[in-house]
Amino acid sequence: MLSIGTPQIKLLEKLCNAMSVSGDEGEVRRMVLEEVKPYADEVKVDALGSVLVRKKGAGKKPLRVMLDAHMDEVGFMIVSDDEDGFYQFECVGGIDERHLVGKQVIVGKDHTVGVIGAKPIHLTTASEREHAVSVDSMRIDLGPDGRAKVGDRATFATKFKRVGPSIMSKSIDDRIGVAILIELLKHAPKNIELCLSFSVQEEIGLRGAKVAAHYFAPDLAIAVDSTPARDLPDYEGRENYTYNTQLGLGPAIYMANSSTMDDPRLVRFLAETAEKNNIQYQFRQPGGGGTDAGAIQQSRAGVPVVSVSVPHRYTHSPISISRVDDWKNTLNLLHIALQKMTPALLEK
Amino acid sequence: MSDILPFLKSIISVAGLSGYETPVANLIEEKWTPLVDEISRSRIGSLHGLKKGTASKKNSRPSVLIATHMDAIGLMVSRIADGFIYVTNIGGVDSRVLPGSPVTVHATGGSREEALYGVVVLPPANLLPEGQGSGAVALKYLMIDTGLLPKEVAKRVCIGDRVSFGTEPVEMSGGYVSGHTLDNRASVAALTICLEELQSRSHVWDVWALASVQEEVTLGGALTSAFQIRPTIAVAVDMTFGKGTGSSGYATFPIGKGVTLGISPSIHPFLHKRFKEVAERVEIPVKDEVMAQYSSTDADAMQLAAEGIPTMVVSIPQRYMHTPVELVAVKDIQRAGRLLAEFVASLEEDFMNQIKWD
Repeated sequence: MLSIGTPQIKLLEKLCNAMSVSGDEGEVRRMVLEEVKPYADEVKVDALGSVLVRKKGAGKKPLRVMLDAHMDEVGFMIVSDDEDGFYQFECVGGIDERHLVGKQVIVGKDHTVGVIGAKPIHLTTASEREHAVSVDSMRIDLGPDGRAKVGDRATFATKFKRVGPSIMSKSIDDRIGVAILIELLKHAPKNIELCLSFSVQEEIGLRGAKVAAHYFAPDLAIAVDSTPARDLPDYEGRENYTYNTQLGLGPAIYMANSSTMDDPRLVRFLAETAEKNNIQYQFRQPGGGGTDAGAIQQSRAGVPVVSVSVPHRYTHSPISISRVDDWKNTLNLLHIALQKMTPALLEK
Repeated sequence: MSDILPFLKSIISVAGLSGYETPVANLIEEKWTPLVDEISRSRIGSLHGLKKGTASKKNSRPSVLIATHMDAIGLMVSRIADGFIYVTNIGGVDSRVLPGSPVTVHATGGSREEALYGVVVLPPANLLPEGQGSGAVALKYLMIDTGLLPKEVAKRVCIGDRVSFGTEPVEMSGGYVSGHTLDNRASVAALTICLEELQSRSHVWDVWALASVQEEVTLGGALTSAFQIRPTIAVAVDMTFGKGTGSSGYATFPIGKGVTLGISPSIHPFLHKRFKEVAERVEIPVKDEVMAQYSSTDADAMQLAAEGIPTMVVSIPQRYMHTPVELVAVKDIQRAGRLLAEFVASLEEDFMNQIKWD
């Protein structure tokens, strides 16, 4: 079994603390390139900025398996300079605006720290406090002498923390997938041709994966992502039936979401592999949401796909939480599954 | 002038919620001890430092009390469910600044208090009572997740444990600093600068430096210390509203452009006049701040202590008050400290006799 030790934690910490807002993924891309180069047979950065990695298999025509994890994160773009260090911004990707006021952010290549302020409670009325503050009335404040450029990206300033059984960080979605792909490359099985796409622009429409899948033309693909766990208590004590996934129950295997019907052969294969190897797993509750699998499935003449996610709480917020054990079980399920894959898998 | 930033950062990085100020009081005491002649705590925890003046009559030497509250707003654990921590507020907290904020849970369930990292959680609408999940979500529905398993949380966290903001202080270019609890630790820093300045200045009056408790909830610290010390006059130093996002109008002031001198029923006009004269003489930029009824500072309580005390309010403009990202100009803190020292040094032995009401 592969383990999650200090080197793996350190790498994820570095990946999570980087800024890689959709459309400006350079910081994570450089980290990925540095990690994959010693292990890959082929590395390229494609037209959109995704990192595409190939590790050849043994034999004449091994099964070509594409694994995808997206490098981008939700964040902000500076859209207007209001002078005196105040900057208007827009959200990039799906962000609940209620997570924004009172937060520190980092802006631009130098990670200049700014804040999204709020009116002091003393100056608000009770009825005003019942309404969320809208993004268009917020500003990033770099201090009267702080400077940024229109077009600069920004993201939450929170730093990665390892706490008890958990990790607490921004951008676990999907740096944890990126970390898993890097680890799988380091332990790549020989029976398949492993094609890794560290994709850009997932959060704004699955764009990187679409063209990456065209390039690789894989026999099958797995999107390795991080999915919400809404396993919180109901305020009034009713049972929570709509948890999507639960922390601590292992990798979440998808069956259907708003962009994909996951391939039943692959769903069954992953679940059976987990059962046979005593790896804890769960099925993600079918329903909304989406992963790069949606774009990959419709590539060329079609690709059988499945998504596997490490659950996290508090999607697209300054601090998400995942369990290290779920990360480890996801890594191992994928590692074993890759080793067991044969062309027969798709003939059933 | 010494660099006040390291001390300021240290005092906004320790706990000290209203009613539980001891950790920050200890740091302030350590800093003030070499700067004053006597130091002590009040019966409810306020810190009193006395720097003696040079006036001859030991027993009737006039004294000025300078009050800076050291307590902070925050949260308190009210309920624990499945490892999730529900909270109530200590002082004025707008629940809208909380979702996604890092916090520190000061957990007392173990053999000694420990600081647990946590995040304030905005629960999905379908887990809240009908209509409560959209728009701003009330504080009672928000929760804190520490990343620990439910059984660990149950063991380590207790009802009544304090929760403070966990945002780390950050310096910004041009001499600005952002973080939580700058209200009112920035004023504590200003008073510290005043005490440092007074080391090389002669002053006739006794100076009582007060780091008061519980300003954010009752003003009870300054009230009781003013009663105990019974100063001749008292000055509250606090934060005022900085101009910034969502904040404009007469009650707000630009940061980095000087301090404010209060005009209010809470404030003795003669003290305001003296502060104004001193500021003009030493060229410290000041603005008048009008507060039509209350100053909402320790001055409101000190004015009414015992048989009544002439009070004054000096304020440092600050953006985003009572949020985890308060923002203040270091030079305004230095200005406040220097102005206080100049004011103290200006007090003549017969200053009180100069007060003419009409």
